[in-house]
Amino acid sequence: MTLSAERADELAAALYQARLTGVAIPPLTEADPDLTMTDGYLVQQGVVRRYLSDGDRIVGYKLGLTSKPMQQMLGVDSPDFAPVMASHVHQDGAAMAASDYIAPKLEAEIALVLGAGLSGPDCTALDVLRATEGVVAALELVDSRVADWRIKLPDTVADMASSGAIVISGRSVPIDEVDLRLLGMVFTRDGEVIATGAGAAALGNPAAAVAWLVRTLHPHGDSLPAGSIVMTGALHAAVPVVAGQTYRAEFDRLGPVTARIV
Amino acid sequence: MSAGTAPFVERLLDAVRTRTGTAPLTDTMELDEDTALLVQEAVVHARVNAGHAIVGAKLGLTSVAKQRQMNVDRPLYGWLTSDMAIDTGAALHCDSYIQPRVEPEIAFLLGRDLEGPDVSAAQVLAATEACFGAIDVLDSRYAGYKFTFNDVTADNASSAGFVLGGTAMDPYGVDLRLTGCVLEKNGELVATAAGASVMGHPASAVAWLVRALAKRGQGLEAGHIVMAGGMTEAVAVAPGDTVVAQFDRLGSVEIACR
Repeated sequence: MTLSAERADELAAALYQARLTGVAIPPLTEADPDLTMTDGYLVQQGVVRRYLSDGDRIVGYKLGLTSKPMQQMLGVDSPDFAPVMASHVHQDGAAMAASDYIAPKLEAEIALVLGAGLSGPDCTALDVLRATEGVVAALELVDSRVADWRIKLPDTVADMASSGAIVISGRSVPIDEVDLRLLGMVFTRDGEVIATGAGAAALGNPAAAVAWLVRTLHPHGDSLPAGSIVMTGALHAAVPVVAGQTYRAEFDRLGPVTARIV
Repeated sequence: MSAGTAPFVERLLDAVRTRTGTAPLTDTMELDEDTALLVQEAVVHARVNAGHAIVGAKLGLTSVAKQRQMNVDRPLYGWLTSDMAIDTGAALHCDSYIQPRVEPEIAFLLGRDLEGPDVSAAQVLAATEACFGAIDVLDSRYAGYKFTFNDVTADNASSAGFVLGGTAMDPYGVDLRLTGCVLEKNGELVATAAGASVMGHPASAVAWLVRALAKRGQGLEAGHIVMAGGMTEAVAVAPGDTVVAQFDRLGSVEIACR
């Protein structure tokens, strides 16, 4: 680790400020070119701490960089993650103001809601399936506090995995009614198909992606409590959003989830 | 065959015979869409004359992305002949082709004749006996898949082979629009998609085909197979490759390349 606790806290303060003001900052890796992924997570913890001390709560996690193309773009071979804060969760049909974000994009994802907690160094996809109470259609609005998305891996990790908000369908489907890998999804913008995908786009299998998260959290003493929402990763390339448009992801068996960008 | 199309047809048949890609016809000759369709008919006729039956049709350029790439706003079609059928479990012999590529598709087996200028997606579904997860084998007769819309129309939509999966599904109660598809090559994930990637719904693509055929006084017959169009990008294959296309509810199709 190259980063001092003081410097990590400074960077966290800058990112949190950018989240509050909507004014982007230069890539952290510009001023600190030696930043590592571990440093990124240290900064991320500082951002999360600020949310918590402002009264927010952690309701789950999001996975990022779950597709080969995204991993190749950032030169990594694993995903990244960040907590999802209660204040970032929106209900199906929510109107979201593009002006609340810096450079927002939308992704359709499968969310898993855990009925039982998950922890440990050996968590498998099967453990995830057993612990999952419901499968839910979701959208993630990703955003970057780093100007123009000029992110390297430590930048996006520090910036809470470029998270912005999530939209969750009101319908939860039992896990044994779906094949997470083959679950199809159609993403439309004002009724026009702009992407399609299936669950396997998330690290080969959304349940495997969650198992990776549990194993990765373990050395830090973290785990997923019952009730956690896990956003398992995009099923298609993220789409930049424009105010005045309605985005809808419809999932086989799970139904639709809609976000209106105003 | 009109005298005007003969040189086009010869070029394409020669490419098949010698397993060597040719240059686009439009490089050296004027080729409008009507002429391209006449060339296509002649190319298909050559297969029929060799003793093979027409067993169905296929669609190409069914995704908006591919249409934009080609600068057109519609798909195209070609005919399937019995010599193109590869039974599920059989190998793909790459040396029978010039530059084979494969793509996952949803296939329709018609239980009734379908023809007419006003056929809708709903009527396609009602006339469908069974749906299959399928793999389309493309083999452009143009070197490097370099062609214009009219070139590929003349080349029978690059059609070369097709494999239907081993699970025949009743289309009733299945929303093919949302049907997920996962394509793997040699165990690695290549792409995922859902049925809507094919003109919004695979049955809409088939309906478009029936309406397009009606303009030429043609139609589809009971027993015909229709390959509705690629759900993902086409993937090049070589001897030793194994490609698996998995479809939600429709099972999977695997093809080993030799």
